[in-house]
Amino acid sequence: MSSLDQALWVLLLGSLLGLELIGKVPPTLHTPLMSGANAISGITVLASITLIAQADGSTPLLLLGSLSLGFALFNVIGGFLVTDRMLAMFSRKKSGAGS
Amino acid sequence: MSALDVFGYGIDLLAVLLLALGLKGLSKVRSARSANGLAALAMGLAVVGLLIQVQPSPTAWLWIAVGTAAGGLLGLLTAQRVPMTAMPETVALFNGCGGMASLLVALAVALFDPSDTTLVERISIVISVFVGAITFSGSIVAMGKLQGWIGTPGWTQSSVRHAVNITLALASLVGGVFMAAVAPEAGPAVGPLWLLVVASTLLGIGVTLPIGGADMPVVISLLNSYSGVAAAAAGFVVGSQLLIVAGAMVGAAGLILTQVMCTAMNRSLVSVLFGGALGAASGGGHVGGGGDEAGYSRIVSCSAEECAMALETAERVVFVPGYGLAVAQAQHALRELAKLLEANGSEVSYAIHPVAGRMPGHMNVLLAEADVPYEQLLEMDTINPEFPRTDVVIVLGANDVVNPDAKTDPSSPLYGMPVLEVDQARQVFVVKRSLGAGYAGIANALFELPQTAMVFGDAKAVLQQLCTELRSQGVGSKVAVAA
Repeated sequence: MSSLDQALWVLLLGSLLGLELIGKVPPTLHTPLMSGANAISGITVLASITLIAQADGSTPLLLLGSLSLGFALFNVIGGFLVTDRMLAMFSRKKSGAGS
Repeated sequence: MSALDVFGYGIDLLAVLLLALGLKGLSKVRSARSANGLAALAMGLAVVGLLIQVQPSPTAWLWIAVGTAAGGLLGLLTAQRVPMTAMPETVALFNGCGGMASLLVALAVALFDPSDTTLVERISIVISVFVGAITFSGSIVAMGKLQGWIGTPGWTQSSVRHAVNITLALASLVGGVFMAAVAPEAGPAVGPLWLLVVASTLLGIGVTLPIGGADMPVVISLLNSYSGVAAAAAGFVVGSQLLIVAGAMVGAAGLILTQVMCTAMNRSLVSVLFGGALGAASGGGHVGGGGDEAGYSRIVSCSAEECAMALETAERVVFVPGYGLAVAQAQHALRELAKLLEANGSEVSYAIHPVAGRMPGHMNVLLAEADVPYEQLLEMDTINPEFPRTDVVIVLGANDVVNPDAKTDPSSPLYGMPVLEVDQARQVFVVKRSLGAGYAGIANALFELPQTAMVFGDAKAVLQQLCTELRSQGVGSKVAVAA
């Protein structure tokens, strides 16, 4: 059970890291941060790709894997792009104020 | 372990490091945009690293390409097309799809690849299905409520909903336990699995539906945290440590963000989740139903013209933007009016309540789009002491965040929530479409104060009228001279 052991440690340390990473957040960034974190949670793409790669020719597995990959990637691509769109507005206004 | 595996693991570690740095950088204004890019890069690296490790067959490549093309293209189009005002709904939609992905992965393994599942894997499948389904249906309901497609049915405000939700939770538990307990040799436990899927999907709807719009930001943030948990559970299902670490990170960070938002609204997470819609939950007091105009007796309304006259002589003007501004897409009209007033010698600032709009930071994003200078956006604690020396406050489609009852009336459901103290200003104009109650469904004592006048109309139309009035009074020509 050493791999389970490892996985549980990874889970624990990952959670602690997440708790520490975000301390004080200015309200301005609440929405972009939520949107960015949401894009990262689309990391399920890795599970989808693993599923497809190990499907061994089973059509239902390939189909469901591909479908879940579509959903997850929709989350990832859309999430990062809207976050960038929101944040771009801050930087443009900043350079505008500076010049 | 081959050299290729070592290379793959190296990429995984780099990806985790970059994801953590990205998440951290996103919480600071200066670094936020590059941090977002960093996180996206990390995600790309993780995918490349995985592809190197699993070496998909040609058939697998084909299916990966299909999924990538469909999801990527839709994501790209959605991200480009969606208006800035609909950001909260969009985040909810993306989030729901992330939950759906975890759900599908777990379902696929459970139904079609159950041969060698261990107990731990079956428990992971159950958790992934349960959390994934709740995330999906909850997020879709949250989106529907923010878009106004879904209301708050009456039964969800009675205690019936607790009975319904407890039943659904128990049904999920039964399905989950049986699903995990059946040994793989017996084939997939199809019955319990579908019970779990259906019950947890309905549970997601059941817990989100009773929650009022004012609390929706908190719910979306919490669901965002859930989708991280679902991803981590999917990581256990397919045996990916990178997935576990990233999912756990997002899950924990989302929980912190949820807590931060609750603090800003002076609400506890428990009361958000189980208290029902604000206002409807408490009887009596200043509670009015949605759209109910009864209960107001001393309303003074005025025209845009009168409002413009007050603005022309005001030395200090504060705008209080709210959701109504976002709905009316009036941010550019507001900026134009502010420019006119500045040219006229007025000092203009914007009071940003932490939860104005449908999501914290919603107003900042909106006003940034209209090129409002960053220094003019003042947060609640900064602007509140300034109101007594403010000549004119214009409230644009904000309601609950300026309700003085929150400070003075212990019977108000809002009591204790920090609000913008606009009632301290000399003159207050409230631009609003009607006297309908705010999203929380509570009457606003501000509207009846002697210094308050209502300007009825769509925020954008009223702002444009104000600009026209000011120009016709010669303010515009001064702009021309100044420029």
